[in-house]
Amino acid sequence: MSVKIPEALTCPIPKTDYDTIQMAHGAGGRLSAELVEKFFLPRFRNAILEKLDDQAVIDLPPGRVAISTDSFVVSPIFFPGGDIGDLAVNGTVNDVAMSGAKPRYLTAGFILEEGLPLEVLHRVLLSMEAAASRAGVNIITGDTKVVERGHCDNLFINTTGIGVIATHLNISAGNLKPGDKILLSGTIADHGAAILTTRKGLSFSSELTSDTAPLNGLVEAMTTICPEIHALRDPTRGGVAMTLNEFARASHVGILIHEERIPIQSGVRGACEILGLDPLLVANEGKLIASVPPEAADEVLAAMRQHPLGRNAVELGEVTAENTGLVVMRTALGTHRIVDVPLGEQLPRIC
Amino acid sequence: MCLAIPGKVVRIFEKHGLKTGIIDYGGVQNEACLVYVPEIELGQYTVVHAGFAISVIREDEAREKLAAWQDAIDTAQKNGVDFTIPRNDSPPELN
Amino acid sequence: MKFLDEFRNPQIACQLLQEIAATVTKDWVIMEICGGQTHSILRNGIDQLLPPHISLVHGPGCPVCVTPLEMIDQAIAIASRPDVIFTSFGDMLRVPGSEKDLLQVKSEGFDVRTVYSPLDALELARENREKEVVFFAVGFETTAPGNAMAVRQAARKKISNFSILVSHVTVPPAMEALLSSPENRVQGYLAAGHVCAIMGWWEYEPIAEKFRIPIVPTGFEPVDILEGILLIIQMLEAGEYGVKNQYNRTVNREGNESAQRVIREIFQKTDRNWRGIGTIPASGFCLRSEYAQFDAARRFSVDHIQTRESPNCISGLVLQGLKKPTECPVFGKECTPAQPLGATMVSSEGACAAYYQHQHIKVTTE
Repeated sequence: MSVKIPEALTCPIPKTDYDTIQMAHGAGGRLSAELVEKFFLPRFRNAILEKLDDQAVIDLPPGRVAISTDSFVVSPIFFPGGDIGDLAVNGTVNDVAMSGAKPRYLTAGFILEEGLPLEVLHRVLLSMEAAASRAGVNIITGDTKVVERGHCDNLFINTTGIGVIATHLNISAGNLKPGDKILLSGTIADHGAAILTTRKGLSFSSELTSDTAPLNGLVEAMTTICPEIHALRDPTRGGVAMTLNEFARASHVGILIHEERIPIQSGVRGACEILGLDPLLVANEGKLIASVPPEAADEVLAAMRQHPLGRNAVELGEVTAENTGLVVMRTALGTHRIVDVPLGEQLPRIC
Repeated sequence: MCLAIPGKVVRIFEKHGLKTGIIDYGGVQNEACLVYVPEIELGQYTVVHAGFAISVIREDEAREKLAAWQDAIDTAQKNGVDFTIPRNDSPPELN
Repeated sequence: MKFLDEFRNPQIACQLLQEIAATVTKDWVIMEICGGQTHSILRNGIDQLLPPHISLVHGPGCPVCVTPLEMIDQAIAIASRPDVIFTSFGDMLRVPGSEKDLLQVKSEGFDVRTVYSPLDALELARENREKEVVFFAVGFETTAPGNAMAVRQAARKKISNFSILVSHVTVPPAMEALLSSPENRVQGYLAAGHVCAIMGWWEYEPIAEKFRIPIVPTGFEPVDILEGILLIIQMLEAGEYGVKNQYNRTVNREGNESAQRVIREIFQKTDRNWRGIGTIPASGFCLRSEYAQFDAARRFSVDHIQTRESPNCISGLVLQGLKKPTECPVFGKECTPAQPLGATMVSSEGACAAYYQHQHIKVTTE
């Protein structure tokens, strides 16, 4: 969900003595307390957080607990389709959800750069609030530090998520079985392409938007239909290619995908063509890949397509006993090639 | 070398004294310098390399060629030739 | 995308393949000059589809691969100055110099940036008058007009804090050099379509005549490449030589004359050292003396930097089509995209990297 100006208008920035973050905001004194009370608490208000103890104390229902942590340093912090705030919530919600767990609580740590406009912090917190509410999670404890100007880029956020896994689920990247179908929940490379189009030095004007979204609802719909799902993962950095390679290696199987089935928006493809990027290696923030037993594949795919975040879901390929540890693509021409993992960040190229 | 992609000119203007355009590539738009295709008009397709339009696409040439291929395919198919890509069942050679 | 998707049509590709198979009777060796074509061939598995009579060898048309080590070291020396914003196409940032690459220079705190167009670099110079903005002007004839225009604009608009480190190379002298080698195996060229969009193909007529071989300016999509191969095979089988144009939607005989004019205005021919191949006379561009003030190598006095290549790397032989990457003893072992010994393993269109990515392990299909 993106930050919209009207939301900011209905929720005006709290009045303070400063317009920007000062070192004192992180020093534990009056300004620190003011920042918590005026900025953080009103956004994340819930019974656990309100106690303002040094720790959150929670009860969890019986079962295995999934925990995941992730740090968010995206630049620029506001991008088409989202910002660092909803990314920080959705990213961790998704990592927890990929175990089949129902995400319940998040922690949030902030590193703020001295001089950061409070308006910016306010907007980021508003979108975290909206994202947490959309995902159905509470932010129950947090921390704020301020570093000198130039020691970080506006603000960094770390979130940790906790969820409980239903006892009948056993979902892991190591569980793929030959014969499984590989399902992909929608168009690829949307987030990475949206970020690229905002980078300085690349003069794009476009409608490309990030796909950042919480996938726990989609996962729930899928595991309800088919508790036997073998593996789930959201293909973020490194893209679909990275996730499939991780699957193949962890499960000692091969994966065969079909080029003509890869869903991609025309504008995203255009951006990748111009910059010479392989969309299979470009990041997503609201997509998942599942490995499911063949007999359940059609049913799961139908359930995915029923969900707003899985409308463009496809059966991308299958798990094979051959080519252990490799991802192979059957091209549109009927040939085969290996889909390798990216070396690092893809750089726009002209040759 | 020389990645260059076809796109459609959707806007033409001047920037720092150089003919410049907005080029649409299937929905994403980017600026390109048009100084080397001075004759280009709105709606035409051009090939862009590193921010410079280097050639105006001759649409008639492209269309003619595609039509000829399509004709050949149609004729061959009438004569029972199969144009599905042969399934490659043998592993590609390491050479 | 229009003018892209049509030329990826599997049905047309299939028809062309059948025609190629029906035409070829003898063994032929064809070189695709351009790394972009190499990339497309391996990415689409075109080599897997061709009849065994036809061998494709990969040419030197990859600026990342042929830019000599000393140019990389000069770039690194300039980029390591606190008063400089060093700009480059993304391609050059991972190319290893003698000790490090440009990304490492960036990690040391220097200002190294990726640009998409040389005009973006010029814009940076406009915005940062207190800094020296240097652009790494690599590439073939396709890239030369854009780089020339940036210099011309800098001169006209008096943007004196802009300069370029020039390492431009041109294709025809390299084609001649390869054909003149006693070890040459190449019997026909797929010429680089986008180079021809700028230069036309009149320069190739005397080469085709002299060496009695077919040369076909060719595009980059699978259908283009297959048609280019078909045209060459038809000529070879008929004992013909000369230039035939496959890429006629983009290329004509004369090329882009206004681009050629600006190249001539800003640049002049010079001898260039091709990485792995050696010096080829009159095979590149350097700035004309009127524009010498925009020459970064002079401005920052780095032209004295000289270096030596790794003795284990056979990229020179690979670039000349004399060896396949897999014939190299260190391929995939000491030399990988993560730890490249030579530039052909760095560039995503370098022959070694392309082989490593797309073919390095045997694939079993059902």
